[in-house]
Amino acid sequence: MTSGKWRIRAAGMFLGLVHAAILFAGFVAPVEPTHQNRDFPFAPPTRLHLLDAQGDFHLRPFVCGRDLRLGTFFEYDENCADHYPLRWFVNGNEYRIAGLFTARLHLFGVEAPGQVFVMGSDNFGRDVFSRVLYGGQVSLAAGLLATAVSLCLGALLGTFSGFYGGWIDESFMRFAELFALLPWLYLLLAVRAFLPLHITPLRAFVLVVAVIGTIGWARPARLVRGIVLSARTRKYVLASRGFGASDAHILRRHVLPHTYGVLLTQAALLVPQYVIAEVTLSFFGLGLSEPMPSWGNLLASLQQYNVLVSYWWMFAPTLALVVLSFGYLLVADALQQHLQSASV
Amino acid sequence: MRYLLRRLLHSVYLLAGVSVLCFLFTDLAPGNFFDEMKLSPQISPNTVAALKTQYGLNRPLPVRYLLWVKSVVRGEWGFSFAYNSPVWDLLAVRAKNTLLLTGVATILAWLIAVPLGVGMAYWRGSWADHLGMGGTSLLLSLPELVLALGLLYFAVRTHSLPVGGMSALNGESYTFLSRLRDRLAHLVIPVATLVVGSLPLLVRHVRASMIEVLDAPFIQAVRGHGVTAARTLFVYALPAAANPLISLLGFSVGGLLGASLLVEVIVGWPGVGPLLLEATMARDLYIVIGAVMISTLFMIAGNLLADAALIALDPRVRTRA
Repeated sequence: MTSGKWRIRAAGMFLGLVHAAILFAGFVAPVEPTHQNRDFPFAPPTRLHLLDAQGDFHLRPFVCGRDLRLGTFFEYDENCADHYPLRWFVNGNEYRIAGLFTARLHLFGVEAPGQVFVMGSDNFGRDVFSRVLYGGQVSLAAGLLATAVSLCLGALLGTFSGFYGGWIDESFMRFAELFALLPWLYLLLAVRAFLPLHITPLRAFVLVVAVIGTIGWARPARLVRGIVLSARTRKYVLASRGFGASDAHILRRHVLPHTYGVLLTQAALLVPQYVIAEVTLSFFGLGLSEPMPSWGNLLASLQQYNVLVSYWWMFAPTLALVVLSFGYLLVADALQQHLQSASV
Repeated sequence: MRYLLRRLLHSVYLLAGVSVLCFLFTDLAPGNFFDEMKLSPQISPNTVAALKTQYGLNRPLPVRYLLWVKSVVRGEWGFSFAYNSPVWDLLAVRAKNTLLLTGVATILAWLIAVPLGVGMAYWRGSWADHLGMGGTSLLLSLPELVLALGLLYFAVRTHSLPVGGMSALNGESYTFLSRLRDRLAHLVIPVATLVVGSLPLLVRHVRASMIEVLDAPFIQAVRGHGVTAARTLFVYALPAAANPLISLLGFSVGGLLGASLLVEVIVGWPGVGPLLLEATMARDLYIVIGAVMISTLFMIAGNLLADAALIALDPRVRTRA
């Protein structure tokens, strides 16, 4: 196994883990994203303890109860008189995985009145960790679907353009030039400006995916066109044509397989970009809105000065975003190197 | 010269194309600025209808487009419904601020990226190169949104830098020098975000194109003549490697503009970004179109400058053109 393959595998594994955590958000997250603890707004991340108040050692980590410090807003004191041991694989609220299976099993949790906020809680006392995981489902789905839209459009138009050439090619590529030239964030906002503002969450999701996906078609289209253009003049294509093969057959058997590598690399580059696009739109309040959590609208609370200054754990979605982009970047880099070494 | 003229004509086509595209999008969209007004019980339907007629919104699309082109020629760029003034008056000031921000960021980013990239290419395969490549990978996966928020957090926590806007509240009363210092202090966070955001890509490109040139036989010859390493790199190799980099300079303007929009909104820099966002919320059509056109103009200008620089600097391009 070459080192290139090894790199692809390692990067892919890392990405797989991140995706699994997000897909099985219901299992990993201790509570529902909309579950509110009005008594504990802006609680900092819960500490795990091994030593109790008497100094006795516990093999099983536990969390302490917490009380609001009198005379303050959202400052808490730990009260280790009550402690709640941390348990693995506990039963909790019911959730659905990918909308298919229902389950009650959670990766971890603490006994009933105790609470564990891995990444603190927000202004309604909702668990930020759970919200980041569930929000990841929304943001990632938007990124993946938008990438699919872009690549399908790009592959379709690029193939058409490269294979048939002539005025079709000329006009498509001129059109693509317009889209490739425009600063995409400006275009994104502009297209969003022309669409209705007040809509249901589901329609907003579809809209965001459609807008992000259609804007990015130009780059993959140009790349695919280039490959198709060079592939269709190969000798085996001519031979195939000589045997009377139809256009559809030549495309499917001889031309399109050349584009898969580029499309895959493009996908690895586009997904994080589009996730960030969704995050940006929602951050501005133009994308998905509460109560549907997405990384963008989770970050939007940082636009309030007091949240930005006082509650550092509200930055949690940025961590998730960086981890996800890093994973995709590794995969894209590895793929690119693999393709280059394969073509030499 | 012929080549530049052709590029100029091409730019006109691009601008016209973008404007037509914008108008097509507006026509696809249901509703407009005045439809939001209908929701208010204090405004009668007659008033809304009258306003629509006054602004020509009920005319067919081609007529509206021609009217808009006419107003561009007059230097108005359409009319803002919300501000009740010509779009150009609103955009011009803000475009200047955006230009200041992106201009400073572009220059700084390149000033940092070129020596870094050249060094990494020269010491290729060493620990410094590996460190640099790892660093750029890490920075590449930091989106501008995260960078800006992080820097903002740092600034408010340490009180080391002013946050928001582009000058202090009582900036009018300052002397020239302290006003300059104040402006520079306000520039730090947005410019740092833009520079750090665009740096990794630039460094990687500089490194890649330098490596290509350093492998060329003429560099071996230069070395063989006993020219110092620094002179070899910056006098002989860099000009030869500059061709793709100058094109990248043109393109990087576009990337910076997009990032700048985001950064402006987050740190409250009074550029085109916040205006566009506000207009997007209010569906203030002509401001949106104007902002897109301005950004396109910047990009085209960047590309044209890059083309001109290429012709001036690279004899290979001159003979081809």
